[in-house]
Amino acid sequence: MAKHATPLLDQLESGPWPSFVSDIKQEAASRAKNVKGVDYQVPADACDDVLGIMELSYVHKRTHWKHGGIVGVFGYGGGVIGRYCDQPEMFPGVAHFHTIRVNQPGGKFYSTAYLNQLCDLWELRGSGLTNMHGSTGDIVFIGTTTPQLEEFFYELTHKIGQDLGGSGSNLRTPSDCIGEARCEYACYDTQALCYAMTQDYQDELHRPAFPYKFKFKFDGCPNCCVASIARSDMSFIGTWRDDIRIDQEAVKAYIGGEFKPNAGAHAGRDWGKFDIQKEVIDLCPTKCMWMDGGKLVIDNRECTRCMHCINVMPRALRIGEDKGLSILVGAKAPILDGAQMGSLLVPFIKVEEPYDEIKEVIENIWDWWMEEGKNRERLGELIKRQGFQKMLEVTGIDPMPQHVQEPRHNPYIFWREDEVPGGWQRDIKEFRKYHQR
Amino acid sequence: MAFISSGYNPDKPMEDRITDIGPRHFDEFYPPVIKANKGKWLYHDILEPGVLVHVAESGDEVYTVRAAGARLMSVTHIREICEIADKYCGGFVRWTTRNNIEFMTTTKESAYALKADMESRKFDGGSFKFPVGGTGSGITNIVHTQGWIHCHTPATDASGPVKATMDVLFDEFKNMRMPAHVRVSLACCLNMCGAVHCSDIAILGFHRKPPILDHEYLDKMCEIPLAVAACPTAAIRPSKVEYDGKTVNSVAVKQERCMFCGNCYTMCPSMPLADDEGDGIVLMVGGKVSNRISRPTFSKVVVAFIPNETPRWPTTTSTIKRIVDVYAANANKYERLGEWAERIGWERFFEKCELEFTHHLIDDFRDPAYYTWRHTSQFKF
Ligand code: SF4
Ligand code: SF4
Ligand code: SF4
Ligand code: SF4
Repeated sequence: MAKHATPLLDQLESGPWPSFVSDIKQEAASRAKNVKGVDYQVPADACDDVLGIMELSYVHKRTHWKHGGIVGVFGYGGGVIGRYCDQPEMFPGVAHFHTIRVNQPGGKFYSTAYLNQLCDLWELRGSGLTNMHGSTGDIVFIGTTTPQLEEFFYELTHKIGQDLGGSGSNLRTPSDCIGEARCEYACYDTQALCYAMTQDYQDELHRPAFPYKFKFKFDGCPNCCVASIARSDMSFIGTWRDDIRIDQEAVKAYIGGEFKPNAGAHAGRDWGKFDIQKEVIDLCPTKCMWMDGGKLVIDNRECTRCMHCINVMPRALRIGEDKGLSILVGAKAPILDGAQMGSLLVPFIKVEEPYDEIKEVIENIWDWWMEEGKNRERLGELIKRQGFQKMLEVTGIDPMPQHVQEPRHNPYIFWREDEVPGGWQRDIKEFRKYHQR
Repeated sequence: MAFISSGYNPDKPMEDRITDIGPRHFDEFYPPVIKANKGKWLYHDILEPGVLVHVAESGDEVYTVRAAGARLMSVTHIREICEIADKYCGGFVRWTTRNNIEFMTTTKESAYALKADMESRKFDGGSFKFPVGGTGSGITNIVHTQGWIHCHTPATDASGPVKATMDVLFDEFKNMRMPAHVRVSLACCLNMCGAVHCSDIAILGFHRKPPILDHEYLDKMCEIPLAVAACPTAAIRPSKVEYDGKTVNSVAVKQERCMFCGNCYTMCPSMPLADDEGDGIVLMVGGKVSNRISRPTFSKVVVAFIPNETPRWPTTTSTIKRIVDVYAANANKYERLGEWAERIGWERFFEKCELEFTHHLIDDFRDPAYYTWRHTSQFKF
């Protein structure tokens, strides 16, 4: 028998999509039965009370969770978010129900041995409920009590060799696309760079010293599967600067219908015979490709590497060989002055261990933001407030047309004194010799 | 319950302490075929919805079966995933950015056996545990936030609306018949932990009532200067208030200035915003993050408010379904939802999708607003 009646939530059990309600019920039943004889360190009926409090929210149409207090593990300023419910008498099992963020491994690849270790730990010391994964990328463990935090952390580090992720005004847990591990479009090893930056900046990740949160995301190519360009203060997007590699035989095979365009992504509808002119050449945003006597020609200097032609004909077209990444900065959600997309700062940089060139850009940006950023000011807002030029100055990067979509619309140029011959100190008497009052 | 010590000694927290070790190295978790062919993949094909093959220079192949997961997941469910991965995939599995689970094997036969096995598994309540799909020009899993399961500021739930929406869009998860892929995301308040601002379809929780002021406790519970500073529109000021015959320190809110962001509540628990009639959902469409053909773009608000209709949000899901259907019927191959809307013009988008255009949809927030008004004599009747 369920501890609480949940007639509203029960309606979310039907329908084909995996039901989180059924899953929580399954966990509640497993804890009630406890066939393995686990000595649960948080209330065994925590999942029942989660269902109970959720049901109440479905009746009231309001959340029943209160703010986090300051809880955490010794020496870290992030990784744990305090959470308490506002009906502890009705739902004692979730009176204290803190979240723990665990830094996910690169590409979100797992061995089952490791996952089972995590499950055992979380079953013993938590509610048994998780998010796989949180929106930043962490493994999120939902629901434990304050006394369990240090115990959890001790076992996580000692037994599983695994650390927490970030929260608060620090470097948030970086995340990466699958990249070279299984994607032919990857222009650099996203997992390697993401791992190196996570390790090199552990202090920034665990001990909040920034004006606000800061996110790194690593996309292997301009398809941007981890949305770095929209979601990270610093976005690393793979690109190349030589020629797209063409296999003319394979191009013919696409034209002839032997290969499915777009790797079969449109196979669910009859879109008619593949038409390279209409589907690839005419859609190229720079119109830099054409057919010449049965051969596909690309004017690579004019190509902006949008990926369209490569996505449509992956067996015929491959990214170039002189690979690297672009760095875009300042993306954020709308709070407050509106959403910002990443802005291009470094058009091309080689991705070579130990990544010193990349780290120099990162650290120059951080020095500036930590010095000048106001409390709760994201990097993108600082760039807007102090100007793109200021960012170029602190990073020592020369201005170039690639930095803008178009030149400025107003002539309100803030000339510096040293740019104007003779400087700004002038003699009014000298001026008056020629210009009466 | 008896307290089980991990070995941690609270009197000497630094004894044997391990810190700053970061995540485990990804190399440990690659299936052998991935490790052997990393960086040497040649091409891929989607064999059918949810089943991919990647082919490497070496001739090696890896078959991937992609299944949906509710991102809220129990350890019992994760153990079942492990059991499947042990049986078919040599003990390896991965998740995608959009909460899907990917099982990889090296033969087509085992991939199809795996698929059949996964699709046979159902929860007691009747839903699929591991529906296979979410590839190509279809609608894959929704990225989302916490909602009423675990956050203090949501204006709607997350897991519930996601489940209800994906039930309605299920056929599109199992198919690849859209003009291009359609990315749906949900954030349950304006903070947008889920960063839904660049999605083809974004479901956003929104409050519509300014904070209620709990004068009796406000000064005791909150740092008033922090609450004042938290407000992005400077709607809050410190104020002395008569309460229960006494003068107490509290705050006053200029209500017409409030944009319902909830920042004050995050700083000060004595300023709650949540309300059953005030809260609900905003729908935004036409954003994207990919650089393919056109540049990345923000989503635009096309429905200003839909009430929280628990437990299945029927108005929200039917509106989304209508937009998806009209898009699918009208857009060109490869055209994303936003690209289609821009090609036909937003005036035509509202007409075709049978959405009402109200004053709420015209931007009036600071500088960026101007750039969204029409600065040409070209428009459609
Ligand atoms: S961002 Fe590019 S390289 Fe990375 S997974 Fe997506 S398509 Fe592949
Ligand atoms: S990558 Fe894009 S811009 Fe370059 S040739 Fe292909 S379609 Fe044109
Ligand atoms: S979007 Fe808002 S309400 Fe939802 S989880 Fe994030 S902060 Fe909480
Ligand atoms: S909800 Fe936001 S805008 Fe409204 S008073 Fe609070 S901080 Fe200010």
